[in-house]
Amino acid sequence: MIPAGFSYVRAGSLEEALGELSRHGDAARVLAGGHSLLPAMKLRRAEPGVLVDIGRLRALSYVRAEGGQVAVGALTTHRTLERDPVVAEQVPLLAAAAARIGDPQVRNRGTIGGSLANADPAADLAGAVLALDGVLVARGPAGVREIPGREFFTGPYRTALAPGELLTEIRLPAAPGRSYAFEKFSRRALDWAVVGVAAQARPGGGVAIALLGMGPAPLRATGVEEALAAGVPAAEAVRLATRGSEPPDNAVASASYRAHLAEVLVGRALAAL
Amino acid sequence: MRVEITVNGQPHSREIEPRLLLVHFLRDTLSLTGTHIGCDTSSCGACTVLLDGVAVKSCTVLAAQADGCAVTTIEGLAGEDGLSPVQEGFRQCHGLQCGFCTPGMVMAATALLAEQPDPTEQEIRDGLKGNMCRCTGYQMIVESVQWAAANGGAR
Repeated sequence: MIPAGFSYVRAGSLEEALGELSRHGDAARVLAGGHSLLPAMKLRRAEPGVLVDIGRLRALSYVRAEGGQVAVGALTTHRTLERDPVVAEQVPLLAAAAARIGDPQVRNRGTIGGSLANADPAADLAGAVLALDGVLVARGPAGVREIPGREFFTGPYRTALAPGELLTEIRLPAAPGRSYAFEKFSRRALDWAVVGVAAQARPGGGVAIALLGMGPAPLRATGVEEALAAGVPAAEAVRLATRGSEPPDNAVASASYRAHLAEVLVGRALAAL
Repeated sequence: MRVEITVNGQPHSREIEPRLLLVHFLRDTLSLTGTHIGCDTSSCGACTVLLDGVAVKSCTVLAAQADGCAVTTIEGLAGEDGLSPVQEGFRQCHGLQCGFCTPGMVMAATALLAEQPDPTEQEIRDGLKGNMCRCTGYQMIVESVQWAAANGGAR
């Protein structure tokens, strides 16, 4: 399968990338690792007029611990997240989610910024970032902006990024030594989650739980979170897993099956904490 | 656009369309047909090559993205002293039947052994998760990689 024609620009700097995005407006798409965008282009589900390749901006690939937070550059690959010692120690949920993406070759190319900006409702890393209360940093014509993870995902393949804005960094509150769980149910090995659950024990007690594949965008299971905080036993709290969700009803799975999966997987995640 | 890509140690400079995929650059532009196209959806791994030493699925990389990089394909593994250890391992342990997945399987195994010279069986299975074989049931592929690990590794 061959993508529709496009013009290709390789950005030599962040400023150049932002300039190209502004210049080309809606016609432009950002190319990072290309492991969501290129398959979509081959299927002609995406036909951008211009690809702005940011893949060589090595300054956007880093993991840094700074002041109780972990800052992850948008171009950091899943493979790096899977193995980075700072991630493993400070935000191990992120490593656990990264390790469940695709296969080694896919993880060698795919990037955290690309995955989040692509905003697939079942993207593994989105669950980890939501459960970790991550903040996404975007740069655009109007300067730098911080977007809380819970406001970033606005629908299937839609985000709060404004035209011309580029996701540059993900900031995660460090959670060293705190328990976490990542549960994912797929129809086939290596496939996207039908439903996924990321859970992170919080510092003052309580658990943050994110659901994948349970709505147009990844979401927090606030019903379960609040019930647990109020002292409701886990076995009962999981029954609230679907509260606020809008599980899609499609060829992959029915809405009722997804609802069942959400309860089971939240239960497994809580048991693993 | 013009790209300069070193393939198996040989520099190539070509005028290409930006939409040309790396696998088509290898197969159609350079006539290196050892790299196979299986699923064409970055699932099966038949098109796996090394891009600056890293295993990638060349059906999901633009040739433009490989500009200035070094690519190693199955054609680049054998040296003057014969097959690479991974290739020889597949031969010794019958790690193939129809052979369609073999180039990608060998490249993925080569990348795996470069990172983990002495992998466990589970690490081999995890390392080859991105490569599908419809003939062997994988057991003899795992044995082939174990043979290679014990006989020279990734070279």
